[in-house]
Amino acid sequence: MNVMTKQAPKELEPLIYDLSAAGRTGALLPDCDVPPSELPAELLRDTLRLPEVSELQVIRHFVKLSQLNHAIDKAFYPLGSCTMKYNPKLNEDMARLAGFAQLHPLADTESSQGALALMYQLQQWLGEIVGLKHVSLAPAAGAQGEFSGILMIRKYHLERGDTKRTKILVPNSAHGTNPATVTMAGLEVIELPANDGGDVDLDALKRVCDERGDEIAGMMITVPNTLGLFEAHILEVVEIVHNAGGLMYMDGANMNALMGVVKPGELGFDVLHYNLHKTFSTPHGGGGPGSGPVGVDDKLKPYLPGPIVAILEEGSDDEAPLYGLVMPEKSIGRLKAFHGNFGMHVRAYAYIRAYGAEGLCDVSRHAVLNANYVRARLMDTYKIPYPRYCGHEFVVEARLDGAPDVHALDISKRLIDYGIHPPTNYFPLIVPEALLIEPTETETKETLDEFVEVMKIIAEEARTNPELLHDAPHSAPTRRLDEVRAAKQLVLCCRPALPEAGD
Amino acid sequence: MSGYIPHTELDRQQMLSAIGVTTIEELFEAVPATHRFPKIDLPPAMSEMEIVAEMSALADANEHAGDFALFRGAGAYHHFIPSAVNHLLLRGEFYTAYTPYQPEVSQGTLQATYEYQSMMCALTGMDAANASHYDGATSLAEAVTVAMQVTSKRNTVLLAHSVHPHYREVVRTYHQGRGINITGDDQARTLTELAALIDDDTAMVAVQYPNFFGQIEDIRALADAVHAKGALLVVVANPLALGLLKPPGELGADMVVGEAQPLGVPLSFGGPYVGFFATRTQFVRKIAGRIVGETVDRDGRRAYVMTLRPREQDIRREKASSNICTNQGLMALAVCIYLSLMGKNGMRKVAELNYHKAHYAAKQIDALAGFSVDMSKPFFNEFVVQCPKPVREVNQALIEAGIVGGYDLGADYPHLQDHMLVCVTEMNTKAEIDKLVELLGKL
Amino acid sequence: MAAMTYPSDLKYAKSDEWVRVEGDIATLGISDYAQDALNDLVYVQFKPVGTKLEAGDAVCEVESVKAASEVYSPVAGEIIEVNSALQEAPETINADPYGAGWLVKIRVSDASPLADLMDSEAYKAYCESR
Repeated sequence: MNVMTKQAPKELEPLIYDLSAAGRTGALLPDCDVPPSELPAELLRDTLRLPEVSELQVIRHFVKLSQLNHAIDKAFYPLGSCTMKYNPKLNEDMARLAGFAQLHPLADTESSQGALALMYQLQQWLGEIVGLKHVSLAPAAGAQGEFSGILMIRKYHLERGDTKRTKILVPNSAHGTNPATVTMAGLEVIELPANDGGDVDLDALKRVCDERGDEIAGMMITVPNTLGLFEAHILEVVEIVHNAGGLMYMDGANMNALMGVVKPGELGFDVLHYNLHKTFSTPHGGGGPGSGPVGVDDKLKPYLPGPIVAILEEGSDDEAPLYGLVMPEKSIGRLKAFHGNFGMHVRAYAYIRAYGAEGLCDVSRHAVLNANYVRARLMDTYKIPYPRYCGHEFVVEARLDGAPDVHALDISKRLIDYGIHPPTNYFPLIVPEALLIEPTETETKETLDEFVEVMKIIAEEARTNPELLHDAPHSAPTRRLDEVRAAKQLVLCCRPALPEAGD
Repeated sequence: MSGYIPHTELDRQQMLSAIGVTTIEELFEAVPATHRFPKIDLPPAMSEMEIVAEMSALADANEHAGDFALFRGAGAYHHFIPSAVNHLLLRGEFYTAYTPYQPEVSQGTLQATYEYQSMMCALTGMDAANASHYDGATSLAEAVTVAMQVTSKRNTVLLAHSVHPHYREVVRTYHQGRGINITGDDQARTLTELAALIDDDTAMVAVQYPNFFGQIEDIRALADAVHAKGALLVVVANPLALGLLKPPGELGADMVVGEAQPLGVPLSFGGPYVGFFATRTQFVRKIAGRIVGETVDRDGRRAYVMTLRPREQDIRREKASSNICTNQGLMALAVCIYLSLMGKNGMRKVAELNYHKAHYAAKQIDALAGFSVDMSKPFFNEFVVQCPKPVREVNQALIEAGIVGGYDLGADYPHLQDHMLVCVTEMNTKAEIDKLVELLGKL
Repeated sequence: MAAMTYPSDLKYAKSDEWVRVEGDIATLGISDYAQDALNDLVYVQFKPVGTKLEAGDAVCEVESVKAASEVYSPVAGEIIEVNSALQEAPETINADPYGAGWLVKIRVSDASPLADLMDSEAYKAYCESR
């Protein structure tokens, strides 16, 4: 047998540990300027396996790593339901102002009036944008906003002695976070089917509310829904659930389609969470930090997660009010230490300031314009379910006539070769081979046209040379990865045998 | 055109015509007409220079560690952050990327996360770490979920009263719907008293290291008591102190969680921070949140990928144990860069600076008439000072002299009225400490 | 892609388990269709031997890279053996779902739900209709 041995390809960048040499350091630290105290020998560690590298080694290592990423700053990123819009540079500078970045979270009230004023103002603005006037900035991410929303609904019913309401209605098109949130809050999911048009099946909703109305705590729904569609009968949905005694929770993941278009509070929603990292341009950071404030109507105000910023003493013409942190009276409690991801609040504040009311309306209008434009231009080439205008995103069913073995994943991986980040794959679950495409408003028509052309080329390649897609990506830093091996072998951290100093 | 929207009038006309409509408004026909296009009452748009002016004024209205000598910690710490950290965080390739769902174009984020996990394992003495949680408090709340699963039929969680008060609140918030008996902090003031509460219903015990009062307690003895009853020990650790102190993994911890903000993340009025979560191999499949693992690509090249995905909410839906979607990616990157720069020796040196300066300050303050410092147990960079006056008055006097004093313990611990928690880090010079002592002496 | 197999000596549940009954012992696994849909399996977690089951209770959870799925017992009884070789080699389920990839053995206390299961022809038709 003629066994060919193949040399493993050169790795992209060594681990920082592999660059280490005993005795190096990348930090210039001061000498101790006080008389030292005796260290308690029995409490001290023997060794610490951290790399020993110079500052320049660190810089080059992480610069090289950064270059392996796709990012908004590099190229188009139409990742559906994630709203990968431009993250203004100004916002980064504002968050790094010393008065914000170096402010201690437990600073005295009088010492933190600038930060508290900013948070108060942001609460007011966010409330105005969605028509729910009480806002808590405490949640650290959208998932925490959701969690606090469902906990508030739960507690609202319990406080009224309505202990039977333990079920939350969730459409089957919902993101997985919704049902997971319900379970985390100790409640149960009742899943609702979608009708052929992609909307909530009103008959099914009515049936559940007729039969089990007194068990319904509320309903979670995303608007526009995860298919990118405005629910056709949203007012009826709200009315049916309210009549059953349930409250309406809106997942604000898709708020980028709604600013100045409709106020969810006016549609009857009782509680909503915002994703500052989507709608309000705070950066996604490679997967966090996010920020997921939550807005509520009057009846849920006492339950808001805390602390929130309130006016402790009214101001006058000459004097600013005194702001302070307070816990709402029946608060569901604290979601994290201190008071939310303040650095994200600063960025969102700058963003809202840059746009003003009219500008935010323009944001949503152009997000929707861009999505509908791409949708219209892809319609001849790809199967696009749900024949109606979309919101800020739309779903493609990535099955091509004449290319039976080509899947959404293959199209996604091929997009990488053209320098474009793939859309969201396989979500929502109710559309087979889904590609969820969200262009966002900050992309030019030229970028959208290029994307459309690439998608058309890929459709052609799928028919003439499907292997090209199955093997894609060809020009990325890596080829497709062996995820089975990762899950079986579970190598989750490196265990280098570092030479000890003096060895 | 507004803000960052690039469309020209010509673009808009061409796009509308491709769609087959004449106005953008027609695209919103599915929105109930009665509620369509409401007025939003917000101030008008500002130019970039106006925004800078307004926000700088807000920033300047705060009394912050850039202008004041800060002696406050209590869960958020002012430490030195090398310039290189911020320069690297500002690379758009890092901060404008999202969760690495497409590993072929996310190796930067994935490898950095893997390195972060490796470093957190090294610091804590554990086998595996996840890609991070929102903060230290939510890491602890997630540890409770793991312990409840691992010990299945047990229903009691014991929290030491010397765990950060916010962390204990967050545990209660997270688990209010699950019928768990969360106690300990209301019954025991010492670890010995806490150990006496452990019984066959105890799923886990949480203790802080150093504790909220800065003290280093005997974790090893507690671990033995916890394990004797078949429960799990969760240690909330200050990772900067772990540059010096024995890792909790060596002391018998089953999970080590905490706030990694001291490692390269600015105070930022409380967030964003980064919660680390490390555990033993046997519990890895129970933990929530993102985890990155090593693998190879089709050519055999070493590469990294998110793994154990089926634990997560987007796959397991209502059966997931947590709804967490992301991690604190950028903050974990900051920690990874910080630890790379500091290295083994830098971490030891910083931790020692904290120790020596805190002890220098504690001894001086203890010598002042009317003040006493609890030095009954070893401590790291924080200590409790009994004051002759209400802490509020003490701090008022200090702030006028440019010093942010300690944290008032009276609100969280009613038996500690007139006690403040003082923190001293490498950022506090001897001159600042001497000035603090001098001012306190004059009170 | 190889054609799916549906051995005729087994009974099948709608949730894609197969069961073989010999005396009062039922052997349980997942069908070829199920292993193919789940793709490469990487992990199996069993309920412990001795677990008492009602019909419809989970006996184990199988995990692939992108999915996790509980496996249910169509009968009531008690788990008397689990195929612990799968913990080291879960890929056996993909390679041989009806043989070496069996999951658990159950001592049956109530066999009546077996009557509701499909035979191989009916299950084949059911799978092909999906």
